[in-house]
Amino acid sequence: MLVADQYARNSETFTMNFLQLSAQDEAMLAGEKGTAVQMAMRILTTMAQVYGAERLLDIESAHIDGCLYHGDSGLAFAERLVAGGAQVRVPTTLNVGAIDLLHPEHFQGTPQLAERAARLMQAYQGMGCWPIWTCAPYQARHRPALGTHIAWAESNAIIFANSVLGARTNRYGDFIDICMALTGRAPAVGLHLAENRRGQWLFLLEALPERLRREDVFFPVLGYFLGAQVQAKIPVITGLLPETTEDQLKALGAAAASSGAVALFHAVGVTPEAPTLADAFQGQPPERTIPVTLADLRQTLAKLSTVADGRVHVIALGSPHFSVDEFAALMPLLASHPIHPEVEFIVCTNRLVLPMLQKRGWLAPLQAMNVRLVVDTCVVVAPIVRHRGGVLMTNSGKFAHYAPGNIGFDVVFGSLEECVRSAAQGSVWRDATLWSD
Amino acid sequence: MSAYTFQAQVLVGGTAVGQALVLPEPLSLWGGLNPETGEIIDRRHPSAGQVVTGRVLLLPAGRGSSSASSILLEAVRQGTAPAAIITAEVDGILALGAAVAREMYDRAPPVLVLLPEEYAQIHEGDQVQVMADGLVVCQNNER
Repeated sequence: MLVADQYARNSETFTMNFLQLSAQDEAMLAGEKGTAVQMAMRILTTMAQVYGAERLLDIESAHIDGCLYHGDSGLAFAERLVAGGAQVRVPTTLNVGAIDLLHPEHFQGTPQLAERAARLMQAYQGMGCWPIWTCAPYQARHRPALGTHIAWAESNAIIFANSVLGARTNRYGDFIDICMALTGRAPAVGLHLAENRRGQWLFLLEALPERLRREDVFFPVLGYFLGAQVQAKIPVITGLLPETTEDQLKALGAAAASSGAVALFHAVGVTPEAPTLADAFQGQPPERTIPVTLADLRQTLAKLSTVADGRVHVIALGSPHFSVDEFAALMPLLASHPIHPEVEFIVCTNRLVLPMLQKRGWLAPLQAMNVRLVVDTCVVVAPIVRHRGGVLMTNSGKFAHYAPGNIGFDVVFGSLEECVRSAAQGSVWRDATLWSD
Repeated sequence: MSAYTFQAQVLVGGTAVGQALVLPEPLSLWGGLNPETGEIIDRRHPSAGQVVTGRVLLLPAGRGSSSASSILLEAVRQGTAPAAIITAEVDGILALGAAVAREMYDRAPPVLVLLPEEYAQIHEGDQVQVMADGLVVCQNNER
């Protein structure tokens, strides 16, 4: 998405010296703000030239994905920055790490891995980032305003910030995210520019049953379908109901950013840059128009599971991290369908949610019902699940996408109620009405 | 023997010499390259089993996750990286991995982009030299 096609190839020099730096950029590059900022600015300007940017622009916040341990070189990079006096210049939140720092006993990996993963988290915290360790920072008090420039990493956070909040970020990732936080600057390309936020493909949902369009389980399936269709283009949806919730849009975006490289979608009448169809397309016609059918969604639903309905070993909820509202839906289901003793039931959430659960009187019952609450991390990025293989059931399109490759589980996808009732009986329970005509 | 010279677009500059390893399909280094051995480990990729270390790696494009930059950085640290990387379209993720490697380890494979028709003229096994200004000299013994 970062506009390779915008790069203007200069046949004379090929040196890409289109980038104009401000006096402050030059000062950072010259080392006047310390060696860490200098290194960050060197990497940032190299990348700005790769993307053909003519200038850098100010960002208002950052969200960092680099705090998840992938190997020693990433740790060396972060510790080099810390040694160079790195401090972020804009409010910056941290994505998940590999360790639940509040419940380190959840970690099933080696002590050596745990030590390095914790060191990496500490390094990023030491740079002045807010240690909220969540993939849903937008539900942990980090809510950039409409139209503001931000530099966010983590695919679901990116698509949510762009689409639901109307803030502006490209798809950033490891290394470049912290370089932007340390300099407060980003290349002025891609989705930072209004003209690149125009919708491209139009998807019509009006033919789908309205009943289905109210169901939570509809949204990850729709998202997974859209992502696979558009890959890196910007989809526009009509026919989402005005009462669509934030958690439903969160699930849609996370799934679309798993099956495709989607960084922005517009839902007409729902998301802020699409009050009307004309706004979503900036007055231009869609490149393609695609009516979505129930058959399309049933096909996508089938792709989200890798194994036929049968025994279930693990239930994993909370990708993106579970919100308080999602817990509110979970509590009564669990009360009427207690978990089978052989089923591992895990919910990933952010640490700010714990005191809210406590306040509502839900924390003790969850613990009594053998629900493992995991914060700061998640089951597809770290060794958390105790079962060694088997079948994992989830209501998350993102977990369903990544669990087979990342942690070697077969996956069954279902609604929240299907997950809880399957947990109760130890094998998949289906609500036959959900996807019927 | 024939020699061709191309002017590439330089994403991350440097010099290198090596034998061309041409991948027929894009590759995601994340899940596609083992940085401990330099081997291509994506079993669904037609070049699975090949070793990129010291080769001038030609691939149409990168693919997939932004974590690919971490893998390239790790390959440089472990001495298993390609000598240079040449693509047929701009790939920011590969460039980022090389840019960070240059900072961390003072060495990095140059990352260059050729026009698709130029890219297509370099073949498996050709001897390829990359100059600091982005000049690519390709020698082929058979044509």
